[in-house]
Amino acid sequence: MTELRGFYTLWLREVKRYLRDRTRIVSSFVQPLLWLVIFGVGIGASLRGGVQIPGITYQHLIFPGIVGQTLLFTSMFMGISVIWDKEFGFMKEILVAPISRFSIFLGKMVGDSTDALIQGIIVLVLGLALGVNIDPVTFLASLPVMLLITFGLVSIGLTIASFMGSLESFGAIQSFINLPLFFLSGALFQLQLLPDWMQTVSRANPLTYGIDALRSILLGGAWQPFQVQPLFVDIAVVGVFDLAMIAIGTWAFTRMK
Amino acid sequence: MPNIIETFKLTRSFNSLTAVDQLDIAVEAGEVFALLGPNGAGKTTTISMLCTILKPTSGTAKVNGFDIVKEATQVRKSIGIVFQDPSVDDRLTGRENLYMHANLYGVPPGDQKNRIDRILKLVELEDRADDILRTYSGGMRRRLELARGLIHYPKVLFLDEPTLGLDPQTREHIWAYVRELKETHDITVMLTTHYMDEADKLSDRIAIMDYGKIIALDTSAKLKDTLEGDVIVVKAADLDAVSALVAEKMGLKQSRIVDDMLEITVRQGRSVLPRVVETATANGVFIESISLREPNLEDVFLHYTGRMIRADSGREPHGIAAIQRRKIR
Repeated sequence: MTELRGFYTLWLREVKRYLRDRTRIVSSFVQPLLWLVIFGVGIGASLRGGVQIPGITYQHLIFPGIVGQTLLFTSMFMGISVIWDKEFGFMKEILVAPISRFSIFLGKMVGDSTDALIQGIIVLVLGLALGVNIDPVTFLASLPVMLLITFGLVSIGLTIASFMGSLESFGAIQSFINLPLFFLSGALFQLQLLPDWMQTVSRANPLTYGIDALRSILLGGAWQPFQVQPLFVDIAVVGVFDLAMIAIGTWAFTRMK
Repeated sequence: MPNIIETFKLTRSFNSLTAVDQLDIAVEAGEVFALLGPNGAGKTTTISMLCTILKPTSGTAKVNGFDIVKEATQVRKSIGIVFQDPSVDDRLTGRENLYMHANLYGVPPGDQKNRIDRILKLVELEDRADDILRTYSGGMRRRLELARGLIHYPKVLFLDEPTLGLDPQTREHIWAYVRELKETHDITVMLTTHYMDEADKLSDRIAIMDYGKIIALDTSAKLKDTLEGDVIVVKAADLDAVSALVAEKMGLKQSRIVDDMLEITVRQGRSVLPRVVETATANGVFIESISLREPNLEDVFLHYTGRMIRADSGREPHGIAAIQRRKIR
């Protein structure tokens, strides 16, 4: 019971801090908007014959990819909260509390994932404004999948941050991971059209399955023939990845002093 | 009174440096116990081990009957800690910080509101409780941390340099709270400080610590008694001359220069003082002023170590230094 309340209070803290940070919320619109409008329209126009999926424009194709990108970038960025907490001393207050490191990690992780999910929802709404067809059922169905994607990614961010001593080093490591994961996730391409080596690498990227799952939900039947894997396989892969990352993150928090 | 804290050859080394060296102390339930010493004496390392933040290199200790190595969780439930550096969440309100702490320490939800309201009143923060911490002054944050350390009704409260960097008025306030706590709660307080006056005014017993060892341990009054004497304070243009003179002509060898004054430790200061003036005048050394005072803890420290304790001014660090200080250790 104590563990559960500890988890809850740490979750609540992350969400409260996020919701009070207006600039972070407002600025979260900008990047996805640029990708969708400028990159989406620009590349779409240069693909003369359009994409090879009937009924789907390039902008629509990358829309789930940009949702995935937002989840990736914000989730990884959340690790910064660990560095702040170390820097400003608050981490000590948490670490000496009589609750397990597993609860501490989980509270922070689920809290940060909730924040990343809110960012993802903002992009969904943005898509709606850009003419992507999202009905209420699709909207609701995409939420748990988005949350599932964030768990593993936030765990990576928190794990890295627990080893890092400064904001600068965290930023440097982060950019090493973010872009490869993003470019090799099929977020901007249709996986089947890529050369073999790139397909192989992309298939080893857990985010590929997350974005594939989002496409299956958001693009509906039109995406069916082009799926990397069926929806349930995507979800299983992401779930297993999450569990592994949570285990590693808990270990990382256990050794933190 | 039973001992609520007991250490058994408690030792902690960092590489070749022994920060705490085979410490054996016993703190009785209900007392305010001060670890007094200069920076780097091993005070914070000692407290960190007792709070289960650091593992001892060898030896162990018991806090509230629980072993700090084998029963760390039980120890953590029994103690409250006010760290040397700030450790509050400055994006949350005071009340939110307290609720979070209550939840982390398993305070029953039904009791939380009541306890938090009462503790806020004790530290006089009830009016500001719903403001974000960023708007608090340093002293207010300190009071909130003190309040936070008490929410879960700990048996022992550890205060690591509780008034470091605070202005004199706020320091007096914090001392008043700690004294009030001791009266109203059934609590033992262990504090570290390098302020003499803090140890003197606040604690029942003082352990003087230097290079990881306890070099003297008693009540403030008894520690001062060990000096068996008074201190004559002389102001003069040539202090070295006065020092040489009293040593040669009067046999007063215990003197040193502190803040442009010569301090001479003597027995029966009242009768020695006029002789000092006479001797100086007879030998053509001019004394501007002279006074007599009782020995203080600074003198005690000097007596045992041959050094002064005032290693730093204890002023509030600003800018980068403040951020650096806050870093987790």
